Amino acid sequence: MSFFDRFARDWLLTEIWSGMAITFRYFLQPKVTINYPFEKGLLSPRFRGEHALRRYPNGEERCIACKLCEAICPAQAITIEAEPRDDGSRRTRRYDIDMTKCIYCGFCQESCPVDAIVEGPNFEYATETRAELMYDKAKLLSNGERWEAELAARIAADAPYR
Amino acid sequence: MAELWTGYVWPVVIIIAEIIAIVLPLLIGVAYLTYAERKVIGAIQLRKGPNTVGPFGLLQPMADGAKLFFKEIIIPQGASKGVFLLAPMMTFTLALIAWAVIPVNAGWVLSNINVGVLYLFAISSLGVYGIIMAGWASNSKYAFLGGLRSAAQMVSYEVSIGFVMISILLCVGSLNLSDVVHAQEKGVWFIIPHFPMFIVFYISGLAETNRSPFDLPEGESELVAGYMVEYSGMPFALFFLGEYANMFLMSGTITTLFLGGWLPPIAVAPFTWVPGIIWFALKVCVLLFGFLWIRATMPRYRYDQLMRLGWKVFLPLSLVWLVLTAGVLEVFGLVPN
Repeated sequence: MSFFDRFARDWLLTEIWSGMAITFRYFLQPKVTINYPFEKGLLSPRFRGEHALRRYPNGEERCIACKLCEAICPAQAITIEAEPRDDGSRRTRRYDIDMTKCIYCGFCQESCPVDAIVEGPNFEYATETRAELMYDKAKLLSNGERWEAELAARIAADAPYR
Repeated sequence: MAELWTGYVWPVVIIIAEIIAIVLPLLIGVAYLTYAERKVIGAIQLRKGPNTVGPFGLLQPMADGAKLFFKEIIIPQGASKGVFLLAPMMTFTLALIAWAVIPVNAGWVLSNINVGVLYLFAISSLGVYGIIMAGWASNSKYAFLGGLRSAAQMVSYEVSIGFVMISILLCVGSLNLSDVVHAQEKGVWFIIPHFPMFIVFYISGLAETNRSPFDLPEGESELVAGYMVEYSGMPFALFFLGEYANMFLMSGTITTLFLGGWLPPIAVAPFTWVPGIIWFALKVCVLLFGFLWIRATMPRYRYDQLMRLGWKVFLPLSLVWLVLTAGVLEVFGLVPN
């Protein structure tokens, strides 16, 4: 009996028809494609994208040149030089990140005691030259100004879990 | 002078106009079949497919065509230049000229010859030359192996296609394709009495046009792209168009032989108002959708499975069916005169 069963299954192409039925069901289902440059996927508040140096609301730089980020950076992508400012406070003279070295581990923002260096939500910063990826302090601060609203919102959103 | 005009020039002008009337819609159809394929396979894989060039991506085939047209034609060192360039033209031309005998509506056929089926069969058999020439002339081992595979595959499946055609012809009593359709007008579409052979013909058609799951000649996992691996630019485009035009041809053939060509499904009022060419195009589209649907569903056959299916399943099956058809026609006195 099993022989006839098998024979009938083979010759009536039952497996092929059921496979075709499955693909046809998929054909009618809603599509999952996101039209990328026009639509974007949801990013977690913990997403680690392009770096930014933040300021306090009064315009003062947050960074106090403690160099914890430089010390913890596993790729040694961060270079900091510090000196006292005219008013006696400790500030960075130079804060460079080599974005081609960075592995986006997020240790810099974890180690920062004042939430100065953060990794933002931006991942669309491809450049045409390698030199443009050697970020200096001015570039990082301008990133901070550009993304501040989102950066603050992300930190606030993630705060309950820390 | 007047005799020259009415006797020679005018008929030639008419014939050229008819050829353009067939080839132009066919080429547009071929272009949009590539688009449809990407859309259908995309939809089955839950993607959207091309949707950026023009509304719904409808200009995508034009963009692809323009891209291929402006690309460099690379001829490999050691390739046989003449044959190398002739092969894609041959594939493309052969896929188009077979349409000369396919009736798209009552009386709408370029050349209503009495050996239409034989012509069709001969042309589709010649198609293998384009591929084997490409494989040989490329001077590349992948192309050569692809060409060999393709030749063996097409020869194997042509045998069963031939027997299926003979079964149909026994019921028609004529080799003229218009007569094939007229025979279905009187009785039922041949898909009903010959349903198993419809399936055999359709699957053999997949193998004959080198479509998935029988696309071993271009099996990219082992042969890169098979016989067309060395081609670029316009020659590649001709191969590509030839493959899709062959799908159209195969669908047209199946429509004529099994699905009643230009006939409406039921000969009653609302169906008979629709022109025959619309019915023909609709049937071809349904069959072509099947080609794409199968491509999105089936994994590729192994080569020995392909040969086994062709020689040990389809050939005996179509032979038995041929004998059966002949027997039934003779016993019940249905043989057409």
